[in-house]
Amino acid sequence: MFFRHARYVIGDNPVTALAAGLFAVLVALAVLGPFLAPHDPLLSDTARKLEPPSARHWFGTDQVGRDVLSRVIVATRLDLAISLSAVALAFAAGSLFGACAGYFGGWTDRVVTRVTDTIMAFPLFVLAMGIVAALGNTLANIVYATAIINVPFYARMARAEVNVRREAGFVDAARLAGNGPARILAVHLFPNCLPPMVVQASLNLGWAILNAAGLSFIGLGVRPPTPEWGIMVADGAAFIVSGEWWMSLFPGLALMLAVFCFNLLGDGIRDLIDPRRRT
Amino acid sequence: MALLRLIGRRLALAVPGLLGVVVVTFLLNRALPGDPAAFFAGPAATRQAVEEVRARLGLNRSLPEQFLSYVRDLARGDLGASLTTGQPVVQDLVARLPASLELTLAGLLLAMAVALPLGVAAATRPDSWIDHASRVITTAGVSLPIFFTGLLLVYVFYFLLGWAPAPLGRLDAFSIAPSPVTGFLVLDALIARDVTVAWAAVKHLALPAITLGLFAMAPIARMTRASMLGVLSSDFIRTARASGLAPSTVLVTYAFRNAMLPVVTLLGMVLSFLLGANVLVEKVFAWPGIGSYALEALIASDYAPVQGFVLMMATLYVFLNLALDIIYGLADPRVRIEA
Repeated sequence: MFFRHARYVIGDNPVTALAAGLFAVLVALAVLGPFLAPHDPLLSDTARKLEPPSARHWFGTDQVGRDVLSRVIVATRLDLAISLSAVALAFAAGSLFGACAGYFGGWTDRVVTRVTDTIMAFPLFVLAMGIVAALGNTLANIVYATAIINVPFYARMARAEVNVRREAGFVDAARLAGNGPARILAVHLFPNCLPPMVVQASLNLGWAILNAAGLSFIGLGVRPPTPEWGIMVADGAAFIVSGEWWMSLFPGLALMLAVFCFNLLGDGIRDLIDPRRRT
Repeated sequence: MALLRLIGRRLALAVPGLLGVVVVTFLLNRALPGDPAAFFAGPAATRQAVEEVRARLGLNRSLPEQFLSYVRDLARGDLGASLTTGQPVVQDLVARLPASLELTLAGLLLAMAVALPLGVAAATRPDSWIDHASRVITTAGVSLPIFFTGLLLVYVFYFLLGWAPAPLGRLDAFSIAPSPVTGFLVLDALIARDVTVAWAAVKHLALPAITLGLFAMAPIARMTRASMLGVLSSDFIRTARASGLAPSTVLVTYAFRNAMLPVVTLLGMVLSFLLGANVLVEKVFAWPGIGSYALEALIASDYAPVQGFVLMMATLYVFLNLALDIIYGLADPRVRIEA
């Protein structure tokens, strides 16, 4: 049944199929990256530095002669890992706090709402910068900072979704049957809130990648020589004014494709599980 | 009168937001890596000297006491001193703020000037080429990393075409900056009637502003289109058309004004993204604003400027949101009656 529906929706919008294909490629690169890369991503060869794309180096070489193609491929795993773990953390924390706020109301609700409002009172990328500066410039803190600025979106959504169902008949029935609040929330209410939250998460992934890459672009988190798209674009920035475009272009394109893929995929998942919001 | 009441109420609503911002920046201050007392006492200090510095900085007191003295410092406009420039952070930030504001506002105005007509055109002619074009542009706009767009523009317009000046700040080394009045170079040069410098400033501003504008355009155009589509299919538009009003009157006076309400709400979110994106664009174009100031400090592990920067950005954002709220009140008379 679900598959027939999926085939119908995807048939209606072939772009979703394209996005799914792209996603599969990204995952394959993330898993198999080190085996697929034609060269060692960390091996420098100063005799071949700043070479434009050629048959030997498809994406050219950087300022110390490392192969850009290999670095772009190997970086996939790190970039996806950062954004996926940030979104997963934000999803878990946001839905927990939001669901509690929506279910219990009262002071729980006031505290959660106040905290999310305070986070949203900051320009989010600037807050992420401040968090990384305060907690220390490490990769883990990039993940935490990206997660924190994403939490309000999930918390607000979970709160609203739980709130409208709090007094529903099936919740009353579960309560009468002797279920405690924790069980009602986890087993009865939360699964009903999942569809819109999953759509939000997949739309959020692209934004999380952009934020994490932005942080590493300004020199936070990932340290050279680790290959990562944001820092590779930053490395290439110094050479673009003298015309060496390939160092920045290819990691930037990879980043753009990943974000593009997640945005389209989010739209596709939304069409799949919530036909009313189809655009 | 009702409007004044509305403004007063919005001001009161902004207070908890500001308070939250101050608490968070205080917490970020406290969470700094390392021991500030040991840092300020220097590497050769004895344990006793470190304790003395700790007492002088007030770090041996309880958190609430420290918070109170933090708020007192803020009230006096004291954000500490930068270790790299040796200046008070407030002074540095105020000196560099106009550059950032000029860039952000130019980007926002540019985005609105393109996105609003584009969204309206796409909504009035759904499925036409302009609708598809606007969809492509908005999708690309949200997918492109802003620093990457900036670099692409530099490559094409500076390196390949040579139309734009080098991405190195607000003016060439050989142009003399006009005497500051507004702090916005383009305006200041025009006030000083120096057309050459004004033109140079515009040329330097163009690429970074376009970069920001491309980024902000996408959500505005998308929301304008969706909102216009909704309004155009509503009953009062049908009535207005049936009454024989000129199509332009229906479109501008009736539909556009109503369609603008969700767009004004969205602008709050867009501004949040713009202020963040500003930092990245400032880095790409070596723009001497508060973003690149914070970045230089961050690289040098000089944290007072970074905290001051976060606080200033957040305060700015709270006030921009306040301004948007008031604009919303002006656009929608219902809000004024409720107030």
